[in-house]
Amino acid sequence: MKEIRIHGRGGQGSVTAAELLAVAAFEDGKYSQAFPAFGVERRGAPIMAFTRINEQFIRLRSQIYEPDYVIVQDATLIETVDVASGAKPGGKILINTEFSPDTFDLDTEAEVITIDATRIALDIIGRPIVNTILLGAFAGATGEIRVESIQNAVAERFPGKVGEKNSQAVLEAYHRMGAGQ
Amino acid sequence: MSGKMTVVEGSYAVAHSVKVCRPNVISAYPITPQTHIVEDLSQFMADGEIPNCEYINVESEFSALSALIGASATGARTYSSTSSQGLELMHEVLFNASGMRLPIVMTIVNRAVSAPISIWNDHQDSISQRDTGWIQLYAENLQEMSDMTAQAFKVAEDKDVMLPAMVCMDGFILSHVFEPVILLEQELTDEFLPTYGPEHILDTSNPLSFGAFADPSAYTEFRYLQQKGMDVALGKIEKAAEDFKKIFGRYYGGLIEPYMAEDAEILLMAMGSVVGTIKDVVDKARSQGIKVGLIKVRTFRPFPVEAIHSAVSDAAIVVTLDKNISIGLNEGALFTEVKSCLYNSDISVPVMGFMLGHGGRDIPMSTIQMIIDKAAQAIKSGIKVESEYADLRGELL
Repeated sequence: MKEIRIHGRGGQGSVTAAELLAVAAFEDGKYSQAFPAFGVERRGAPIMAFTRINEQFIRLRSQIYEPDYVIVQDATLIETVDVASGAKPGGKILINTEFSPDTFDLDTEAEVITIDATRIALDIIGRPIVNTILLGAFAGATGEIRVESIQNAVAERFPGKVGEKNSQAVLEAYHRMGAGQ
Repeated sequence: MSGKMTVVEGSYAVAHSVKVCRPNVISAYPITPQTHIVEDLSQFMADGEIPNCEYINVESEFSALSALIGASATGARTYSSTSSQGLELMHEVLFNASGMRLPIVMTIVNRAVSAPISIWNDHQDSISQRDTGWIQLYAENLQEMSDMTAQAFKVAEDKDVMLPAMVCMDGFILSHVFEPVILLEQELTDEFLPTYGPEHILDTSNPLSFGAFADPSAYTEFRYLQQKGMDVALGKIEKAAEDFKKIFGRYYGGLIEPYMAEDAEILLMAMGSVVGTIKDVVDKARSQGIKVGLIKVRTFRPFPVEAIHSAVSDAAIVVTLDKNISIGLNEGALFTEVKSCLYNSDISVPVMGFMLGHGGRDIPMSTIQMIIDKAAQAIKSGIKVESEYADLRGELL
């Protein structure tokens, strides 16, 4: 089983990202589960969402404490939230930032990877919404999921022009991770 | 047999099940975390996807259930959904629905009760309503919840039962999870669930009274007959599960579901979504040679006394896990009832109870493992503490 924890702020679409990841994994022929750690949500407050991916049906209902992968939508969260908590050695922590991985002094044996998803979002979508883009980067950096499945999940969730632009941005992020070239 | 899985949110799966059960009247008042169910049903109504149905908007949960009492008495199939304080506000009306023998089906999205305010999951809300004469079913996952909803209509509306039913799902943990589900197919549901046609209805051409005055010469018999309806429901719940299996090919046990229970020395018992986590821990413990098993209690009312007797008779210890507490007794309801149903029986097995997961406190595998360790210790040296919290944070006291 692969476990993914997404850190974001209220309004950044972390719960939607977890959901889309589950939909895409299912399209890849795997079982999946996505759920939020709900707080009393306010825009900007730190939140978490979780996705599990497995070959068999997933019965486990606890939150994720030892993630294989961590996705951080907003690097400013690192000042207040221990995003690396429990991350498995050999796992990956994917951070949305313009800075390089060595900028972040995380106490972890997981590999830190960065991508300037906000830049991609502004260039392609025209708004700084990065949740779908980070899923493209996730597909590229981990190989856990087919980028086409992410694109299909995104297009289904956001029909029309919005979906098309998001799908294009997903592919761009996937390529930035050195995948599919 | 039914087929295709899709990834949906728990609330949507439930709303879809309600839709294909062809309700005639829905009335509900939104409350977290039940909200998505009524939003999805409202959307179905707006899109004309639920024919011959009226959605009555109300100003409170009290009114929602009151409206359904009137509707159900005319022979309509009726549905509502609520959580926590909303269910507690219905308390008075719950007795009216069951006393009038009206088979209203209601999804309870389990949430802790205030004060202090908590929007998160535990079972205090529905457990607090256990003596209101409603059937209570608890689901482990979205597929079971989807399927149980249709089964609840069938059992509740059976002419020998005629009792309202609560179908309980854990708030957020199930209501807001996305996972693969086979949504109930309309055609198969029609085959499974007959049209509701009660023997007695409100009809101006043949006037009847429902819930009228009963003086001391007759009141006791009304209560007695409600209990008889519950007794019949035990068999009907099992039958509905069997009928469902024939048509849809899915089965979760009837009143209880044993898991690795046959040769288990330590037998855990629980209700709701935590059962899934426990199954994973049981598998892990079994791989280490620990003889542990699980009884999932699907039906809390009527309480499945005989099924529990036969399930626990060979265990060395029974351990209940409760997401509720009877304050003043310091016991969860499942613990109290399991002990109660064993007393005066010819089964002698020690029972210990753990309360956990209150107000949304997460239940990691390590908490279940700790419970198993304590049970193993109790087999060796006796039960030291009969009932306690498994996840109390002593540092906050």
